[in-house]
Amino acid sequence: MDLFEYQGKQYFARYDIPVSKGDVAVTVDQAVAAADAAGYPVVVKAQVQVGGRGKAGGIKLANNADEVRTHAGNILGMDIKGHVVKRVWVENASDIAEEYYASFTLDRGAKKHLLMLSREGGVEIEEVAEKNPAAILMLHIDPVDGLSAAAAKKAAVDAKIPDAAQQGVADILVKLYRCFVEGDCDLAEINPLILKPTGEVHALDAKVSLDENAEFRHPEWAEFQATVELDARELLAREKGLQYIGLDGTVGIIANGAGLAMSTLDVVNQVGGSAANFLDIGGGANADVMAGALEVINSDKNVKSIFINIFGGITRGDEVAKGIVEALGRVDLRAPIVIRLDGTNATEGRDILKNAGIPESKLTSKSTMLEAAEAAVALAK
Amino acid sequence: MAIFVDQNTKVIVQGLTGGQGKYHGLRNKAYGTQIVAGVTPGKGGTDVEGVPVYNSVAEAVKATGATASFVTVPPKAASAAILEAAAAGITFIVCITEGIPAQDEARTYNTLVRDFPKVRLLGPNCPGIISPGKCNIGITAGEIAQLPTAKGPNVGIVSRSGTLTYQALYELKQLGIGVSTCVGIGGDPVPGTSFIDCLREFQADPETHAIIMIGEIGGSAEEEAAEFIKANVTKPMSAYIAGVTAPAGKKMGHAGAIVSGGKGTAQGKMDALRDAGVKVGNNPTEAGQLMATIVAGLS
Repeated sequence: MDLFEYQGKQYFARYDIPVSKGDVAVTVDQAVAAADAAGYPVVVKAQVQVGGRGKAGGIKLANNADEVRTHAGNILGMDIKGHVVKRVWVENASDIAEEYYASFTLDRGAKKHLLMLSREGGVEIEEVAEKNPAAILMLHIDPVDGLSAAAAKKAAVDAKIPDAAQQGVADILVKLYRCFVEGDCDLAEINPLILKPTGEVHALDAKVSLDENAEFRHPEWAEFQATVELDARELLAREKGLQYIGLDGTVGIIANGAGLAMSTLDVVNQVGGSAANFLDIGGGANADVMAGALEVINSDKNVKSIFINIFGGITRGDEVAKGIVEALGRVDLRAPIVIRLDGTNATEGRDILKNAGIPESKLTSKSTMLEAAEAAVALAK
Repeated sequence: MAIFVDQNTKVIVQGLTGGQGKYHGLRNKAYGTQIVAGVTPGKGGTDVEGVPVYNSVAEAVKATGATASFVTVPPKAASAAILEAAAAGITFIVCITEGIPAQDEARTYNTLVRDFPKVRLLGPNCPGIISPGKCNIGITAGEIAQLPTAKGPNVGIVSRSGTLTYQALYELKQLGIGVSTCVGIGGDPVPGTSFIDCLREFQADPETHAIIMIGEIGGSAEEEAAEFIKANVTKPMSAYIAGVTAPAGKKMGHAGAIVSGGKGTAQGKMDALRDAGVKVGNNPTEAGQLMATIVAGLS
């Protein structure tokens, strides 16, 4: 789950990482109130999960309430690369002497935590990595050992952070690492991490991505969940506990298992079609799950055909077939189904579908993934 | 021969008294796997359809001489269960649990590497391992696996995805090709066993004559495997990578399956494997057919 900047800053604050005084606002009046509380000058920042908001005019400096009113009015509702700005973050503007970069992630290849630290901050780190890779310090941290204060200090020295900022950077690294580990982040990034003329080091931006598997031990994440931007189809899927991702095509997809679902998307694409979604119903699909999945797909107006791709491993073909028959009784589908049923008890499953009296205009059965994909794509055209 | 597990492997099930543990543990036993004990704290002294249950892994190991464990406990308890098994002398741990936080996985993996270097963890979030006719630990339906033949050729399977593992087994069964061992390494960010670990074993296993590898988007495990194959694997291989059409930045079900920052794309992985001499299919069936051609050339 990716957090908005303001949520990231609120999350950082829990771990004592210094951030600018500010508040989030959804209206112009709220923005002015936030600015008055933060102290002028302030920066008004569009809250969208996409890069390049500065260039798009989504970050503005304001010296007084009138300027806040103008900028917040312009930014709220602005469309930045397809993302509509619903909130602005208003914070006290900082004087900047230098800009650095710091982040923690999990390096899957090394199976260790990875610190990236650079004295070239304020620009995309990918850009620095390309133009001047030597300017980025990469340090692997064994998750069993963690990051000590001494190791953080050494990292700051090794990354050639100027003397005046070394201790401040090291202190923030230790706190950011704690946020990354105890806060169950996939990514905890500060860019830029700034040195003020007064000598303090401070997080000017926050990019945080949380590991949803750890939600059970973070009741405080509930407020973040509330602002996750899902389309109507994704919201319905979440209510039904399905793994669903909306796409732009015309073939609705239901499969059991993430790998098979991905593979189904690929095969549909290979035969000239395009998928309307990714939907994994998981193992042991019963009638309820199948009906829920069909409802979600049915809510998508773009869907012209539905491809159900089931491989029976733990999931039994006869159970799936019963589920579909029952689901068809509960959901009035706009689009025809093509099903490929294979694996455990597939023959029994196909018999159930055949004997259920469903007209062929509503449901066709194919024996391989490829044939089924071709049929579904033909129906969608 | 087979890799990692065979007919002599004695297995305990951690969580045998739970719904999943009981269902799959007994299914594995019915397949012929030596399921010798279950472990559930507080339920020692009872049994599950004749399989004795102990309070701790240490007690179960002492009583049965088991060397492998099947971990089927919920995400919150999985890390502790894995480390308990390692401390009690278990050397092969299969964890099917889905939804373990990545930080827990990273810590558990590195603890194993440091304190129990001889222990192999398979998973978490994996379908398990089957050496057809000999041993099945996990959730794979044993009947879809074709038995290997004494003279071969037999195929080894290694896969990151659960259902695509079954799909691969099924494709080979349809083609009548025997399987030496099929390993599902799981789709999580920190898998205990990598493609490379399995490829090394398959290369050394005299009963394995060819290898199918099934990967998916995200991470760099397939690229690393390609490098390894180039340098170390002489047995012929076919492969399939799921997620060619996956949009960037969206997690496709598995915690590990995500294309981010232009990395981890299916195309990059397929190119790397082709460059290493692996025949790459555009879908699982094609990978199976490519293997059939390879096998026909071997026998």
